[in-house]
Formats: sequence, C-alpha cells, structure tokens
Amino acid sequence: MPKGLQKYLRLQAMPTPFCPGCGHGMLMTAILHAIDEAGLDINNMVFVSGIGCAGWIPSPHFNADTLHTTHGRPIAFATGVKLANPELKVVVISGDGDLASIGGNHLIHAARRDMPITVICANNSIYGMTGGQASSTTPIDAISKTTPSGNIERPFDLCRLVGASGAGYVARYSVVPLKPLIKSIITALNHNGFSFIDVLSPCPTYFGRMNKMKRPVDMFDDLKKRCKKIKKGEKSEEGVIPIGVFVE
Amino acid sequence: MKAGSYLLQGNEACAEGAIRAGCKFYAGYPISPSSEIMERIANRFPECKGAFIQMEDEIASISAVIGASWTGAKAMTATSGPGLSLMLENIGYAIMTETPCVIVDVQRAGPSTGQATKPSQGDVMQIRWGASGDYQIIALCPWSVQEMYDLTIESFNLSEQFRVPVFLLCDEAVGHLREKCVIKDDIEIINRKKAKGKPPFGQDGDDLIPPMPSFGEGERLLVTGSTHNEWGFRKTSDPDVQMRLVKRLSDKILLNQDKIIRTENYLLDDAEIGIIAYGITARASLKAVKILREKGIKAGLLRLKTLWPFPEKVIGELSAMVKKLIVPEMNLGQIVREIERVSKCDVVRLSKVNGEVITPSEIVEELLLAKYYS
Repeated sequence: MPKGLQKYLRLQAMPTPFCPGCGHGMLMTAILHAIDEAGLDINNMVFVSGIGCAGWIPSPHFNADTLHTTHGRPIAFATGVKLANPELKVVVISGDGDLASIGGNHLIHAARRDMPITVICANNSIYGMTGGQASSTTPIDAISKTTPSGNIERPFDLCRLVGASGAGYVARYSVVPLKPLIKSIITALNHNGFSFIDVLSPCPTYFGRMNKMKRPVDMFDDLKKRCKKIKKGEKSEEGVIPIGVFVE
Repeated sequence: MKAGSYLLQGNEACAEGAIRAGCKFYAGYPISPSSEIMERIANRFPECKGAFIQMEDEIASISAVIGASWTGAKAMTATSGPGLSLMLENIGYAIMTETPCVIVDVQRAGPSTGQATKPSQGDVMQIRWGASGDYQIIALCPWSVQEMYDLTIESFNLSEQFRVPVFLLCDEAVGHLREKCVIKDDIEIINRKKAKGKPPFGQDGDDLIPPMPSFGEGERLLVTGSTHNEWGFRKTSDPDVQMRLVKRLSDKILLNQDKIIRTENYLLDDAEIGIIAYGITARASLKAVKILREKGIKAGLLRLKTLWPFPEKVIGELSAMVKKLIVPEMNLGQIVREIERVSKCDVVRLSKVNGEVITPSEIVEELLLAKYYS
C-alpha cells in the first residue's frame, strides 16, 4: 500500500487476511487511490460490504464508517443508508457470490431504481471464503469444489445484467493494470446515480489451483492476455473478456 | 395529526403513531393484512420529511431499515408471518449490532401463505426464537386501535432506549379494526443516547446499553454481525468476547425487564379463576370476565401488553392466588406453555386456529367446563 494512502487505513487491522496473490489487496489500493485522487472526504463516505473475502476489503481496513452486513444484502443496507442521509457517499464493495448470486435481486433492483450508490464487485468467479465452490460467475467448464467435472451452468455477464437493469454507469476492469481501474472508480464515484464496476480479481488459492494456473502470476498473465477493450457493436472473440465502459 | 379524537383503522393508527414517535424511514414490501401501514406512510411521509421506499422483498426491507437506523433515522417496517420469516436473518443482525428498529407483525393464519386476511396469534414464538443464536427481544401486543397508536410510540421508545428490535405484535383483527383513537399532544419521546468517542458496543454504565453514534458523525464506525469487541472489531475466535457479548445482549433486556414489562389486571383481586390473554383475545376475555361476574363467578383477567420479555414474575404470583388459569389464544398453544412453566396452579388451554377470533362466549363456556367438571 502506497504511504500516501495509509491515512485511510486502520493500521491496527493490517496486514490484510488476503492470500498471497489475491487481487483484493490491489483492488483495495485502487479504491483508496481513487478516493484520494477524486479529493473525496472519507469522513463523508460509508462503505457497505457483505460476506465473503471481498467483504473484508473495507471492513475493518478502511478508517471510515463501515457496515459489514449479512450475506448478499449490502446493496439493500446501502439503500437505507443513502435514503436516510443523501449527503453521504455510499459505496458497496463485495464479491460476485455476495452481490450477484445470493444478492442478485438487490443488484438489479438498485440499478432499476438508479439508487445513487456505487457498487464495486470484486469478481473472482468463485466462493473463496467457504473454500472454492462455484458461483454465478464461474465460467463454463471451470473446476470448483462443487463442479468437480467442470461447470455446466452459464455465468452471468454482470455488466450486461446491470446495464439492462438501468444503471447509468457500468464498466469492467481487471486489477492488472491498476490505472484504468482507478480511473473507472473515480468516474463511478462521481457519477450521480447508480454506478457499477465488475472488477476481475484473481483467486489463485482456489480458482487458480483448480484450473491449471498453479502460480498467482499465471492468473495475472491470463487476465492480461484475455482482457480486451471492445468497441461498441463489435463482437468479442472466443475466450476474450471484454473490458472498458459499457454504459455511461 | 393534531390532538383530538379520530375514527381510524388499526393499521392507520400504527402509521400515525410511528410518525408521532419521530419515525423518518420506512421500507416495506406489500403483504396482507399489513399493507395499509405502508400505504398510510407513503401518503404521509412527504409532509413529515420522512423517507419511504417499497423494496423488492422483505429481506431488503429490513436491511434498508437497519442501514437507515445506523444513519441516525428512527426506522420501521411492517409485515405479516411469511414476510417476517424472510426478515429473520437480518433481525438477528439487528439484535447482534444492537440496532434500534420497529417491526410490526400483523399476524395472519399460517403456516406458510395460510389465510392471508384472517387473524391468528401464530407468530408469538417465531418472533421470539426465529433468528439464530441466543438473544432477547421486546414484543408488545395491542388490543385496540388506540393501542396500535400508543404502543407503536412505546415500541420506538423501547427500541431507542434498549438498542434492540421491538415487535409490535398485532393481528388482522386489530389491524383492520376501525374505532375511536384519541391523539394527545403530551407524549414522551425517547431518543437513543449519544456520547462522542465512546465505544458503540461496550458496556456503558449499569444499564448495559452503549451509546449509539451514526454514520457521518466522524466516529468511523465498524458495524458487523460477526462477534465483535466494544469498538466493532471482529473477534470471531475469541471465546471471552463471544460469551460477554451474547450474555450482555440478553442481560440488557432481562436485567431491565421491570422497566419494560407492562401488564394490566381486571377484577383479579378476589378472583378464583384467572384468564391470561394478549392482543384481540384479551378483549374477548374481558367481556367474558364481565359475563362470568354477572353469573356470580369470580373471574378476572391478566392482560399481557408486553409478551417478550415474558412477564413470568406477575404470572407466577397470580398462579399462587387463583385456583385455575385459562389461556385463550389463536394458536395451538404457544404462550400457554410459557405460562405452564411458571405457574403453580392448573392451567387450561383454549386454542382456536380456524382463522376466526375467539369469542367471549367460547371463553365463558370453556371456563364453566373447567370450573365445574375438572
């Protein structure tokens, strides 16, 4: 974590519990960097998270108001926070299992309402905290503890889902490289309405090891290779993960 | 609403009571027979500067209520049995995070969808034990439109004072009843205590209730449903922190139960037979007592305005004074088991689960049977 960002951390909560090679620490850096660069007052922000590894990104690490909720419900809690005090900037940071699987209903409805909150989905395509089970974003054929012969269910394209639900800002970036992600977070934080970023964050401990990416660096290389910016109307090739801003 | 007498429906009176108590946030999901509460709030909140939202389900409703409460707003939701079932996980969260909120349960006949517009008292144990783990909650049972107003205000006061979810446990019959409701000007309103820089989950003073800051006050709060220390840091493997927290969550209610529990006695001084009842059933019971007294039978009524924490002391004392207790309730015998647990005399059950209220004559009949034939 860069020295200049340490003021945003509860240092007694450090180091983070994230596994070596986990992308969540990088996402954490990107979020704090974006807050700093956007000149936002962290005392005027509330960070809401759910259950799972990603729920730990803000809680207990961010030295700000944090609300660590039940599994799948952070967006619904955040809705109450925002409506009770619209002056506060409310940011939801949680995982794909939390936001898109168990909490999918709240995600689409908050987008439909254009609830003025920012939702950052730390998407590692797997349930990390419970030990590597498939989620609603696990790719077809991927191995997980609950898909030992390969996943037969189609994953959500979260950006298309949230975009179709009416969100005003929708983007996808991976944690490598960090710069475009930081820029996207700044835009999302400044967006006046519902904003959503699908952040691809590797889980080498479970997803990587079960899917022929033994070392953390293999997962970063894979993301770098497969993530490509796609122009509007252009179809992405097989295996490519489209990144960039989809709705603005 | 200005002070005066009004003809109101029970659910409308509940909404008005909430507004009078200072409720500034309501999130809900439509469900019979509670929806009039939400509709009244939706109409009245713009002029009261409250925030109302109809959420996508009951899980989201209680979540938003808890979020709003931590942001400083007095918050409530209303539902019925099946919706309450959906709320239970986050009711547990509200208990664990000591979040003041009011949950109205307008009971209908269950299980499951059951009879959506028929009264029941089937949720008395669901609200008490439905969430996981050990805890205490507060539940009040109104028996009139007047009490739908008064006890809603009382629910907010208790919830703010003890930092616990408070249930206004009514039923379809009281919720849909229309009768006179007197609205007064001089009503005591209690707000949560504040103390800057104090631990929001610590043991503050003798009453075991810590002060509660809000988001945006610069306190940099850590709120979590996981086991936490006095500052909100997760301590999920510390046996001592777990034990102290869980014990305090119960003790703060149990050690203060004399301040919480409200019961009413009707003609109990010389009674040989006591009826114990709550909610709409207590109303039929009072009529039954009057009929029995006309027949020369010394019957009396103990009405439980507070159902949880359970008024076991007053029931235990009553059971030592009377020969028999009769417990009518619109379920197959839920509260009666609690009464049996603390009573020294015979306890007779009167259950009714056909979706209709218990009538005074049914209670009279049961009581005459119990008096003369058993």
